[in-house]
Amino acid sequence: MTVNASQLIEKWISRQLPDAAMRWFQQQLESINDDLPSRSFDIAFGMIPRKLGKADLRLEDQDFADAAGLVAGWDPSRWSVDVAARILLLIKVSTVTNVAFATRFKEIHQTADVSELLALYYGLPLYHDPEALVEQAALGLRTNIRAEFEAIAHNNPFPAAHFEQNPWNNMVLKALFIGAMLEPVQGLDGRANPELARILSDYAHERWAADRAVSPELWRCIGPFAEGDLLDDFERVIESGNGTEKKAAALALKTAPESKRKDTLMAQLSMFNDDIENGQLTWSSIADEMFENALAVTQKLNTEVELTR
Amino acid sequence: MMLIDSHAHMISRTTDDYEAMAAAGVVAVIEPAFWIGQPRTQVGTYIDYLSAIVGFERFRAGQFGIRHYCTIGLNSKEANNEELAEGVMEILPRFALKEGVVAIGEIGYDDQTELEDKYFRLQIELAKELELPVMIHTPHRDKKRGTTRSMDVCEEHGIDPSMVIVDHNNEETVQEVLDRGYWAAFSIYPSTKMGSARMVELLKTYGPERIIVDSACDWGISEPLGVAKTALLAAQEGIDKEAIRLICYQNALDAYGQSGQMKEEDWLNPDPIDQRTVYEGNSILRGQREPVVEDPKDKKNLSNLIIE
Repeated sequence: MTVNASQLIEKWISRQLPDAAMRWFQQQLESINDDLPSRSFDIAFGMIPRKLGKADLRLEDQDFADAAGLVAGWDPSRWSVDVAARILLLIKVSTVTNVAFATRFKEIHQTADVSELLALYYGLPLYHDPEALVEQAALGLRTNIRAEFEAIAHNNPFPAAHFEQNPWNNMVLKALFIGAMLEPVQGLDGRANPELARILSDYAHERWAADRAVSPELWRCIGPFAEGDLLDDFERVIESGNGTEKKAAALALKTAPESKRKDTLMAQLSMFNDDIENGQLTWSSIADEMFENALAVTQKLNTEVELTR
Repeated sequence: MMLIDSHAHMISRTTDDYEAMAAAGVVAVIEPAFWIGQPRTQVGTYIDYLSAIVGFERFRAGQFGIRHYCTIGLNSKEANNEELAEGVMEILPRFALKEGVVAIGEIGYDDQTELEDKYFRLQIELAKELELPVMIHTPHRDKKRGTTRSMDVCEEHGIDPSMVIVDHNNEETVQEVLDRGYWAAFSIYPSTKMGSARMVELLKTYGPERIIVDSACDWGISEPLGVAKTALLAAQEGIDKEAIRLICYQNALDAYGQSGQMKEEDWLNPDPIDQRTVYEGNSILRGQREPVVEDPKDKKNLSNLIIE
């Protein structure tokens, strides 16, 4: 499996890089053997952005299909050339190293800069023996650097495939807490659980107590368990939520266990039924709407700042 | 006017300082690896410190629209702990090639001991091997002789003066540093190093060529707006705009840009991956998060009691 993933990444990189840069990189790749750790690996790993640049990886629809076909959930949409090249080196290390790759991963992590951290975590679904890296991934989620958190939580099949319930729930809650989107989290619906629904409801109540907004995406994880007092939360959104929140509530309630109160609440949101039926209103469209709302706020503030200059 | 503070220990500064610097026009800072106010006693804490200045601090600055760079090195004070120094020298190459590392520094002399001399020389050799500029910390005590000696050692090791920034200059050292072809940096640091008014007088005498103004703000009583205030004072004193741009922006960019790790595009037109990850800038690209725009001055007094 990983051999094919490596070939795929090498193909993507090579069609974008000048010949000389690609030759340098191939030499580094070939020089990796089981004699690690080594200064030559450290230097190669560190030099990659200097030698290859940091441009976004240019990928076609077919490339995404190839990736997802090889490894379920593999999504290289945020990769840059340096990230891809580093992951390729790491995959190689994970197959040849004489010490457990988890140990190497930890060593590299200890002295990594931000772009190296991104490579370490974007590559999680592709390394040999992923199960050994669960602890490292959970550790990475404790970061204060949002991009590092998102490298694990977003567009990455690793957490849904390997996390126990507790780290999974912590990841979802932290995403909401730091303002990271839930839409790019893979396996969100499949990993929904009543414990998480309870945690998120408590979190919503804390936010409301502080007069702060609650992300509309939160309801997605509560919906499948929305019974009893969890339905009170939906009632509150229907009464006082904004447009995006109401749409999210409508989508989430569709997944709630059958109950009379559910039907009553859904009746109050019936104006969204058509859009849900014809696929106009989805969690993805909610995410787009949130993005546009944030953009509008930012533009307004930027305009105000410009005016006061 | 865009400003660069090419010597700022931001790890010791607050978010208020970042906001004030951004509002004053600072687009980039360079954080030299240095002493943290008390001695480190083991390599492990050094590793974590260097990790913080290549990692979290870079991210933290980016949240305020400021690009963060750093220099990597074993400082002269801690060079006197031989066991620590040996351990640090071993791990330095692992950090010196990280993204945004623009020099080996700040290195040089403190008490001008034999150990300081040994590790200064070893680090000059490392800089040569990695083709990085060198940032020299000139000593507070016996400064004039220490400055001369630092340059003598550089020349002994055959590093080109154009690759060396000699920092913490004053009226007594500047002439020789410029005459010998080095970049001459001045730290606008209250009470101990250089003041803004003295700096303006120096500019009138020496002009802007190869002169760099920084704040060296750290954990002591120091001034993160040192560069901005000097720029304003110089303008008031009739120094021409281009000269101010050179000493508060362009010269630092030219000197440290020789690392290949610092370019104007980093803040004017950053790579998309940086915009998504480490550098949010001030534009609408901030996108998904609620932006915070407020007047930093409001935080420094008690007139507004509402904390939200």
